[in-house]
Amino acid sequence: MQAELLHEARRQAEICNACRYCEGYCAVFPALHRERAFADGDLTQLANLCHNCRGCYYACQYTAPHEFDLNLPRALAEVRQASWEDFAWPAPLARAFQRNGLMIALAAAIGFAVLFWAARTFLPAGGDGFYAVMAHGTMIAIFLPAFLLPLASLAIGLRRYWRATGGGDIRLSDVAAAFGSAAKLRNLTGGHGDGCNFEDRDRFSHARRHMHQAVMYGFLLCFAATSVATLMHYALDMPAPYGFWSLPKLLGVSGGVLLTLGCAGMVALKLRADRNLGAPSAWGGEIGFVLLLGFVALSGLLLYVLGQTGLMPALLVAHLGAVLAFFLLTPFTKMAHGFYRLAALAREAANQRAVRMTGGETGP
Amino acid sequence: MDGMQASPDVVVIGGGNAALCAAITAAEAGARVLILETAPEPYRGGNSRHTRNFRCMHRGPLGPLTDSYSEDEYLADLMKVTDGRTDDTLARLAIRTSEECLPWMEARGVRFQPSLSGTLSLARTNAFFLGGGKSLVNAYYRTAAGLGVEVLYEAAVTHLNLDGDRIARVDYTCRGQSHSVSPMSVVVASGGFQADLEWLTRAWGAAAKNFLIRGTPYNRGVVLADLLDQGVESVGDPTQCHAVAIDGRAPKYDGGIVTRLDCVPFSIVVNRDAQRFYDEGEDVWPKRYAIWGRLVAAQPQQVGYVIIDAKSLELFMPSVFPPIKADTLEDLAQKMDLPPAALRETVDEFNAACGDTSGFHPTELDGVTTKGLEPPKTNWARPIDTPPYYGYSLRTGVTFTYLGLKVDETAQCSTADGPIRNLWAAGETMAGSILGQGYLAGFGMTIGTVFGRIAGREAAAHAS
Ligand SMILES: Cc1cc2nc3c(=O)[nH]c(=O)nc-3n(C[C@H](O)[C@H](O)[C@H](O)COP(=O)(O)OP(=O)(O)OC[C@H]3O[C@@H](n4cnc5c(N)ncnc54)[C@H](O)[C@@H]3O)c2cc1C
Ligand code: SF4
Ligand code: SF4
Repeated sequence: MQAELLHEARRQAEICNACRYCEGYCAVFPALHRERAFADGDLTQLANLCHNCRGCYYACQYTAPHEFDLNLPRALAEVRQASWEDFAWPAPLARAFQRNGLMIALAAAIGFAVLFWAARTFLPAGGDGFYAVMAHGTMIAIFLPAFLLPLASLAIGLRRYWRATGGGDIRLSDVAAAFGSAAKLRNLTGGHGDGCNFEDRDRFSHARRHMHQAVMYGFLLCFAATSVATLMHYALDMPAPYGFWSLPKLLGVSGGVLLTLGCAGMVALKLRADRNLGAPSAWGGEIGFVLLLGFVALSGLLLYVLGQTGLMPALLVAHLGAVLAFFLLTPFTKMAHGFYRLAALAREAANQRAVRMTGGETGP
Repeated sequence: MDGMQASPDVVVIGGGNAALCAAITAAEAGARVLILETAPEPYRGGNSRHTRNFRCMHRGPLGPLTDSYSEDEYLADLMKVTDGRTDDTLARLAIRTSEECLPWMEARGVRFQPSLSGTLSLARTNAFFLGGGKSLVNAYYRTAAGLGVEVLYEAAVTHLNLDGDRIARVDYTCRGQSHSVSPMSVVVASGGFQADLEWLTRAWGAAAKNFLIRGTPYNRGVVLADLLDQGVESVGDPTQCHAVAIDGRAPKYDGGIVTRLDCVPFSIVVNRDAQRFYDEGEDVWPKRYAIWGRLVAAQPQQVGYVIIDAKSLELFMPSVFPPIKADTLEDLAQKMDLPPAALRETVDEFNAACGDTSGFHPTELDGVTTKGLEPPKTNWARPIDTPPYYGYSLRTGVTFTYLGLKVDETAQCSTADGPIRNLWAAGETMAGSILGQGYLAGFGMTIGTVFGRIAGREAAAHAS
């Protein structure tokens, strides 16, 4: 990581540590106040713990034009962004996609092409519905590796993260705490429960939290739909297509609607928010990622609605192409943040546990 | 001129806590309110943007406050720090009203911290703002905007035209242009004069040139001076200001809370001749924070140097700037521009006077004292002998001045001939009416909130 980014985050963290006015907004400050000096790994951890709620920016009496020039959300965003690019395996892929919406669009286009080629080359010998366009076996041959490879890559990245932030063991309770916090997005409530500052300067609102919830739960519902369908296909010998009142459809349609709306809302909010309170150079990559995710959701929904029409084959290819790009890019786009965020929350739970065991903070 | 700027009912001068409380109260009562704030928008909010808490009476648990804090106990705390130089009636009014202020603040967007690390001793008496004073100020500006209060930034009030027993006109400049308004009512909430170093020098002497101003550079006392010139009644000692010892590397203005240094009790403090000048261990630091401002002001060039060793580095809150560090005392002296031999001699003498340190306890008066040393160090006296050695410079940081406008229970100002019918004052600019000297943490925001609300109420009533 560039030394300047860490240097700047350290400079600001030291000011915050002497001030402490923002304790209470989020998990970052109590963690920050436990340290006296900030090693690179400490800063990486703080950066990944930060949810960029921006409360500490608008509350800060030291933001520019003050000479202390505090902008902690940005300093941490820059370190966080760089850390994802450093930890990713292979790292050059993260450098290519994390900050670059055009590259993401290009990847999606290649996804379409691959699917189109596959559909033309391995003509199905029969099959109903979607499988008349592309054989089940072809889909599996493409998507199984596209699913497993990113998982392996993420595992490597997370391991690197864990080591860089201090190593040590992790307990089930730490992981549970991390999921508990993420499930409620506790760190976007502002501590007081009024929400965060995002789309309208210092006004607190739950808009971003709710949009993020829609995206997160929409995604999980869609994922659950696919998992259930896979089970039904293999374990119960009940191949697609499924009717509306089937579990895969109910999960998939509700998830698709949530995900589509969430992505649209997220883009709208990001357009109104101040880009200088994040990592400005990553803005394009973030928007590109949200649009790709939204496209996955929307094309899936359309496929459901228009599945009986002549548009189906084209839609299917587009949808599957986008899904392919999305999966493959997971470790190298904003999608990775969810995994690092969980790791940071688990690390924080582990650190708190360690503090409790040693009987509190050092010094008075 | 557009909007209400031409004809507001109430003009509020200033954009800090007291001004906002007055503006919100007046607007809620139906008045058309214009705020004239001399600072540009990013620096709005005066000293209030640097605050962290509010001292509040409460008969039982209230919001973030535990237990209870009675009127009498609050008043007794105040009397202790002011040596009795307190206006009993106004002080009791402020204290009693503080209790209803807390829910009032919450209803207008102020949020409090549950309980903070390192400040537990204050959890009963002081409510801490989540995000600090700037978040409080932000919340009030939002509330005020919702009530239709108009805010003009970079609007510096230059003159209030006193015509008999009323203010006939308010003159101000805004981005190079002069303007006047003639509202029904005027509230002055423009703070003290501490940012005007010339005035401070007239009051304090040449030493004041070396003082640092902890808060806003915009509180220059322009309106205060203008009113005093026209015979408006004043109160408070013009030579008095609240000052503390802060990190000597702090910016000239607006360094705020982070420049505070808490290491004095574990140190020896010398002047630029490397001589000690006061008992560093007299009491726990929060109680001695304020006197060190004056002690340092009395030293040559108004500067002090704190010397600690490795043993003590982690015993106090981290400082905003890292300490100067050296492996030997001589190197440290060199780096800090102190005479090395003299520093060595002072430290040796101090170390020799240290006795049994086994009772050392960093958070209590431990009685670990020097013997036969002048001045003594009466607590936490451990030899400075474990390298690396660390040093900080100390300077006098002025918080606010005491000279202000004299007001009555309705926050109304007066001349020798009686009350001025349409002029009220709130906050730091009238705090001298209550506090003759000394200061109690969190009382500045109490005065501003209580008297800001009173002034807003009276100003609106007069205007309607
Ligand atoms: C670092 C620091 C920390 C503090 N912490 C606390 C604390 O925790 N709790 C506490 O109770 N007190 C604290 N205080 C004291 C507290 O800041 C003051 O008592 C309080 O803020 C005073 O409020 P005010 O509204 O009267 O003045 P201010 O908040 O200073 O507002 C004065 C306003 O008037 C404006 N102004 C000045 N001149 C003109 C003019 N000519 N025309 C137009 N506008 C003008 C200024 O720009 C400013 O907006 C602290 C002070 C400092 C410096
Ligand atoms: S962001 Fe600003 S106000 Fe908040 S703790 Fe840091 S320095 Fe203090
Ligand atoms: S931006 Fe929000 S989450 Fe990040 S450090 Fe600041 S207050 Fe915490």
